[in-house]
Amino acid sequence: MKIDSRVLTGSEEFQANRAAHLALLDEVRTAAEAAAAGGGARARERHVARGKMLPRERVANLLDPGSPFLEIGATAAHGMYDGAAPCAGVIAGVGRIHGLDCMVVCNDATVKGGTYFPMTVKKHLRAQEIAEENHLPCVYLVDSGGANLPQQDEVFPDRDHFGRIFYNQANMSAKGIPQIAVVMGSCTAGGAYVPAMSDVTIIVREQGTIFLAGPPLVKAATGEVVSAEDLGGGDVHTRLSGVADYLAEDDGHALALARRAVAGLNRRPPQTVVWESPEPPAYDPEEILGVVPADLKTPYDIREVIARIVDGSRLDEFKPRFGETLVCGFAHVAGCPVGIIANNGVLFSESAQKGAHFVELCSQRKVPLVFLQNITGFMVGRRYENEGIARHGAKMVTAVATTQVPKVTLLVGGSFGAGNYGMAGRAYSPRFLWTWPNSRISVMGGEQAAGVLATVKRDAMERAGEDWSAEEEAEFKRPTIEMFARQSHPLYASARLWDDGVVDPRKSREVLALSLKAALNAPIEETRFGVFRM
Amino acid sequence: MFDSVLIANRGEIACRVISTARAMGMRTVAVYSDADAGARHVAMADMAVRLGPPPPGESYLRGAAIIAAARDTGCGAIHPGYGFLSENPDFVAAVEAAGLTFVGPSAEAIRAMGLKDAAKHVMEQAGVPVVPGYHGESQDDEHLAGAAEAIGYPVLIKAVAGGGGKGMRRVDRPEDFAEALASARAEARGAFGNDAVLVEKFVAKPRHIEVQVFGDGTRAVHLFERDCSLQRRHQKVIEEAPAPGMTEEMRRAMGQAAVRAAEAIGYRGAGTVEFIVDASEGLRPDRFWFMEMNTRLQVEHPVTEAVTGVDLVEWQFRVAAGEPLPAGQQDLALSGHAFEARLYAEDVPKGFLPATGRLAHLAFPAGVRADTGVRAGDEITPHYDPMIAKLVVHGPTREVALMKLRRALGETQVAGTVTNLAFLGALAKHAGFAAGDVDTGLIDRDREALVAAPDPAPEVWAEAALAAAGLTAAEAPATGFALWAPLRRRIGLRRAGEETGVHLRAEAPDAHVIEVAGREIRAERRDGRWRFDGRPGAGAHLAGGRVTVFADHGQVFEIADPLERGAVASGEDVIEAPMPGLLREVLVESGQAVAAGQRLAVLEAMKMEHALTAWRDGVVAEVLAGPGAQVEAGAALIRLEEEADG
Repeated sequence: MKIDSRVLTGSEEFQANRAAHLALLDEVRTAAEAAAAGGGARARERHVARGKMLPRERVANLLDPGSPFLEIGATAAHGMYDGAAPCAGVIAGVGRIHGLDCMVVCNDATVKGGTYFPMTVKKHLRAQEIAEENHLPCVYLVDSGGANLPQQDEVFPDRDHFGRIFYNQANMSAKGIPQIAVVMGSCTAGGAYVPAMSDVTIIVREQGTIFLAGPPLVKAATGEVVSAEDLGGGDVHTRLSGVADYLAEDDGHALALARRAVAGLNRRPPQTVVWESPEPPAYDPEEILGVVPADLKTPYDIREVIARIVDGSRLDEFKPRFGETLVCGFAHVAGCPVGIIANNGVLFSESAQKGAHFVELCSQRKVPLVFLQNITGFMVGRRYENEGIARHGAKMVTAVATTQVPKVTLLVGGSFGAGNYGMAGRAYSPRFLWTWPNSRISVMGGEQAAGVLATVKRDAMERAGEDWSAEEEAEFKRPTIEMFARQSHPLYASARLWDDGVVDPRKSREVLALSLKAALNAPIEETRFGVFRM
Repeated sequence: MFDSVLIANRGEIACRVISTARAMGMRTVAVYSDADAGARHVAMADMAVRLGPPPPGESYLRGAAIIAAARDTGCGAIHPGYGFLSENPDFVAAVEAAGLTFVGPSAEAIRAMGLKDAAKHVMEQAGVPVVPGYHGESQDDEHLAGAAEAIGYPVLIKAVAGGGGKGMRRVDRPEDFAEALASARAEARGAFGNDAVLVEKFVAKPRHIEVQVFGDGTRAVHLFERDCSLQRRHQKVIEEAPAPGMTEEMRRAMGQAAVRAAEAIGYRGAGTVEFIVDASEGLRPDRFWFMEMNTRLQVEHPVTEAVTGVDLVEWQFRVAAGEPLPAGQQDLALSGHAFEARLYAEDVPKGFLPATGRLAHLAFPAGVRADTGVRAGDEITPHYDPMIAKLVVHGPTREVALMKLRRALGETQVAGTVTNLAFLGALAKHAGFAAGDVDTGLIDRDREALVAAPDPAPEVWAEAALAAAGLTAAEAPATGFALWAPLRRRIGLRRAGEETGVHLRAEAPDAHVIEVAGREIRAERRDGRWRFDGRPGAGAHLAGGRVTVFADHGQVFEIADPLERGAVASGEDVIEAPMPGLLREVLVESGQAVAAGQRLAVLEAMKMEHALTAWRDGVVAEVLAGPGAQVEAGAALIRLEEEADG
């Protein structure tokens, strides 16, 4: 059924919403542009003066001309490390090489020599996680000095630290997910294992180096004086050591060799879903900005958003008259069949049961799931607790947690409390998780959190017979409200890689389409659900 | 009239003859070599007979096989087209002996005109003016040199049995005579098996004006003149009718002379009497001389058809079938003006080297007569003449016809091989040509300007880059998607061996930004058509690592493949075959010292001999191919020893 939009695009409200969203977008765009500029003008000039391509150009020239690039963590480390690691010093994302979706991980040597900050490690591992879950061949464009030494305690020792990169490479290779490295700069110490652990490695002559210890360390250790090129340059590694397989003359040549390596993978995505011919939505996605209220507290019909995302604005809504605060239905996104689960208010028991039912349907039919999150949580109160809302919520959480169909989550509004779990938040391993600039994420709303803390304090003060004025209470609540406001901001969240990126709401359809397409590089396994609390 | 006719030819002329024959209700039989099994003329004919392997000697020149094919397929006549067996009197005799009709003149008439010196003698006797020259028997070097002195330099050495510019040399100074004589003889021997030459006066401002004649064996008429002065190395490039500046008086004089020539030998069928005209003082009736008579249909016959309304091939068939001349002289009149431009696969900047290749794309504009033997997808092989098409336009006046010619050349699209289209376009815009001030030296004089390829405009670069990136056709909805800023990708495009990096930012399937020459050009697709900064694109074709943008008569860009960086450079020390061909001679051996400019080997390709010379002084390190080897383009032939540094 085609969704019938009720929004008046000429209204003042529409224009006001649009203006508010554009302002939010500007903030994210500014952050993304700063991240894309890497280590700044001087560092970039130095980089180019060495005959090297800038990292984003390396990515561009690796991918097919015109290839989409679904970048992840585009504002990673934003506002962290005093701004020392724009984009976390590494570019990552999914793009096409000879028509094949690949995960590209590209160090940015203009950012502190491409060294690994904690967020760099996290981003690299997230990229590998995406590659592993979705069976995407990995191409590592390596130009990094290894671990950022001042932060060694946060990048070296733990499970999800530096060493995990190579563990992942080994295990992906074992699963038949190709690992290709292009050494375009240094690859020192631990970093040396990125090329060494790859299936195929290309190195650029008189530019790429691979060694466990660089010339200064060698001199200090054994007194041997040796140049970087003689120690571990391209010629050495392709002719003598065999650490690398192909010698490239320059970046362009190296990237062409990597493209050729991908062309020879003899690989194509499995047959999974039945694709339809893509069809644009009947309503212009541009209108999303005016359709969605600027204030999260203002309710609106989520179908207005769905209408601006799915093919032909058609939604085959499931159980439309039951548990109405959760909209479930079948649709297509750029030809890909999907089951959409979207919040349209707080979750009640019925909504949760309907959600669990719908996830079961999609799992049995092997239809990928798209979650549109705008959730303040499950309904609270005696009546709801007594009827077992936790039991019903658990059903939905169980279904979402254990389904084997690909899940893609988009935060279009609030993401608070247990609603986040039932709606495939980060902990529920959606294949991709994207957020809108107006979205907010926290365990509960800032007002509510401050209110909880204030109530606890007021109770204690009242027990002690003390007086607490409204002004004092407001003053008490302010820092909590401010902290929540800061920490629930999408840029704060994305900086810490709680998601894969903040996206322009108008591009939601393309982002979802590309996410689904990437996800469908892996076969859809049979689902075995856990025990449902009935 | 004949029921069935066999066309003993290939390419555009076979197609052209087939269309008239079919229009006259005849059944048509084509012949073909293995290289032409899928050719257009084969597809057009009602049936086709294989003759043999590609070399003409084993296929299109096999008279006996052709006659057998005609008999086997029940043909009553054989049309020879031009070239191949069309002027071979022995073939004509054999055809007639087999009881078939040869659509063309008698063996005697061909013989009479076949040897140029004898022909001139016949003409002199018939009162047709001839150029001062030596047409004697003696082929003694000294004697010929003496004759040249007597005629006065500059002189022209020509093969007695020649045609089409082969075995012909212009000599300006006595000291150059001996070398020119040797090379003319060698070429004549190779081309015709006869190295006899004649020596003629070289005319100062010569124009080549020829008269189309048609005879029925006794009587003849003329169908006016054609001016073929636009020539390059004696190969006609653009022909027109009538000749610019022609007066009625001179036309009558030339026409009468031509008719006299035809009647003198009892000519039957279509023929052309070629005259050299000295235009240094305008066209004057006392300044034209007989050069030769071509006893066949000419390549450029369509211009005559355009201005007379006569289908010359139809006339050929009718006269061959025994009908009298279809029209008398008084029935023939000139109408308007016509041009023909010959479109060839040839590499103009490399000195008009014949080229080969698959015609990935071929399109002619509407309203133009395009006589062609190829279609898009066909191959231009090294075995035959690399002509792609003849473009013929007709207009009420020379000016209008010339404008139509320019437009036709501008809108002709060829991709897959290099062509002389831009050269033709430049020629069609030449001021002297436009003014009708033509002579056979025009092209050589202004050659540099005519072959200068115009640099492509930034918009053309942009269109090439977009096509090279495969984005002109791309409809993928996600093309150019990026979360924030689009990626900037380099596209390497090469022209004349020089690579230029063009940067492309894909924004959407229908919108891209191309950075070229310091400019940012916005490419947008509307209604399926690309615009570059608002200007409609010329269209582009991508095939085999090459992009042809159909602007400026086709701008060709090679797509740089970064993978080539890794290939072991063959270096300039290796002399390569510039085109596929037969290695005729290797003139050096390993260890031999050579000087820059010295001839190292001779490659025969496309019926021409190409000398491969040393580009620097050095020592031959290795001879990599021997005489008689059939080599591919780019094949390493001779390696020079590496030059010591410093």
